[in-house]
Amino acid sequence: MEYFAQQAINAIQLGAIYALIALGYSLVYGVLTMINFAHGDLFMVGAFFCLIIASLFPLPFVVILVLVMLSTGFLGALIERVAYRPLRSAPRVSAIITALGCGLVIENLVSSLSPYAKPMPALFSVTGYNLGGLSISSLQILIIGVSILLMVGLDFFIRRTSFGMAMRAISFDSRTVPLLGIPLNKVISVTFLIGAGLGGAAGMLYGLAYPVIAASMGVLVGWKAFIAAVVGGIGSIRGAVVGGFILGLVEVMTVAVLPSTYRDLIAYSLLLVILIFKPYGLLGKAPNQKV
Amino acid sequence: MNALEVHDLTVSYGDIRAVKGISFTVKQGEIFTLIGANGAGKTSTLRALSGMLKYGGKVVYQGAEIDDIAADKRVGLGLAHVPEGRGIFGNLTVMENLKLGAWLRKDKTGVAEDLERGLTAFPRLRERKDQAAGTLSGGEQQMLAVARALMSRPKTLLLDEPSMGLAPKLVQDIYRVVREINAQGVTIVLVEQNANLALKIAHSAAVLETGSISLTGTGAELLSDPRVQAAYLGA
Repeated sequence: MEYFAQQAINAIQLGAIYALIALGYSLVYGVLTMINFAHGDLFMVGAFFCLIIASLFPLPFVVILVLVMLSTGFLGALIERVAYRPLRSAPRVSAIITALGCGLVIENLVSSLSPYAKPMPALFSVTGYNLGGLSISSLQILIIGVSILLMVGLDFFIRRTSFGMAMRAISFDSRTVPLLGIPLNKVISVTFLIGAGLGGAAGMLYGLAYPVIAASMGVLVGWKAFIAAVVGGIGSIRGAVVGGFILGLVEVMTVAVLPSTYRDLIAYSLLLVILIFKPYGLLGKAPNQKV
Repeated sequence: MNALEVHDLTVSYGDIRAVKGISFTVKQGEIFTLIGANGAGKTSTLRALSGMLKYGGKVVYQGAEIDDIAADKRVGLGLAHVPEGRGIFGNLTVMENLKLGAWLRKDKTGVAEDLERGLTAFPRLRERKDQAAGTLSGGEQQMLAVARALMSRPKTLLLDEPSMGLAPKLVQDIYRVVREINAQGVTIVLVEQNANLALKIAHSAAVLETGSISLTGTGAELLSDPRVQAAYLGA
């Protein structure tokens, strides 16, 4: 029992990171009905930005986090501006190929600058705590705490601010949005900034939790988070969070009872089963019925 | 100065020319209506005026050319457009829809006053202000679309078929509201298939036929014109 409780802490940590990445997919899908296939690589870039900043300046954790989120966020917004916007009314498949291409360019750029995996420096000395037999480290607490704070912050932003309202409006009917005086492109840029910023934060946290980072890390983790977003209901903010935590839980618990080679087999099978019964995802809605 | 001057307006979809070079003038403070059958180019004309579509020709609004001004910036000039199908955000609450209508305004107290006024003018919206707008009936959604457009304090309001799909009683209500808005000094450009209703409240009017204007006159003149009666009024 204690063993499972211990694993649950690991599952929450991994799930929180998946959820942060999945949010980026879902946000972008919500406003553009497009999958940003470069998002996994933005996650990877976040880890590298953290490495670069931390090795150049001995800054406190929070400052590095903010810098990583801003730099990754601006990179995401830049990609939208340069690569996706010109294709907004192009066939959907062109946009998908462009996104995949952007991801490959980023990945290969990073791997040519850093061909080998790099160790991520610890940003502070990690202490372990013992809670009634369960061990939890200050790093785990930080990762889980920061992830939850970011998710709560995002939820508030989407629900309560006028930019959040505009983002929801775009996801329902983007053609009408400019008729209210709302600058569509600006709201879309902000959406990419936030989505990529969260992905960058996830990359940094992931790099701290599993402290060897490489250019290839974005692909597998990115795909998994994408699947988590779809299982939760793509376009749904809360769905992305739910999907991320379910995926983290299933992965960690599978490894807890079965050989680790079964991890992805069980995780993906379960996700496929969920989609068979809930084709729009757990919290997703069928497309709008427009009159 | 006229509210709107439209010179040789063209709208094309690929090779198909939906609006074939029309010109008309809308005077300050009047109700101008553009009537015509389905596919005549009415909606395309309105979308060109609000900047939703690329177009050829020239649009002069309040004495200034606005052809290079994007749709969202035209709202800031006082040109509001209630689109075909109402354009309500069904996933947002009634209140959120109204607040988005005031996006460009910085005067918080003025916005709060206008919200209050809108909810008073449309009591059904007040009853449902925290409900998702998608749950409203067609008539309520049309009221919300108009109330939302008014939140930008427009000088000119473009209305695309406000009567579409509504029961006769609700159509009467909508038209009463349109007249009230006009009485407060807002210029109205009304596009309608329902020629009888539109011509009755219009000061001036034009008939659009397959992308060209075939007749112009006052609302009363067109209402009694035998050609209009034969083609649009079923007389």
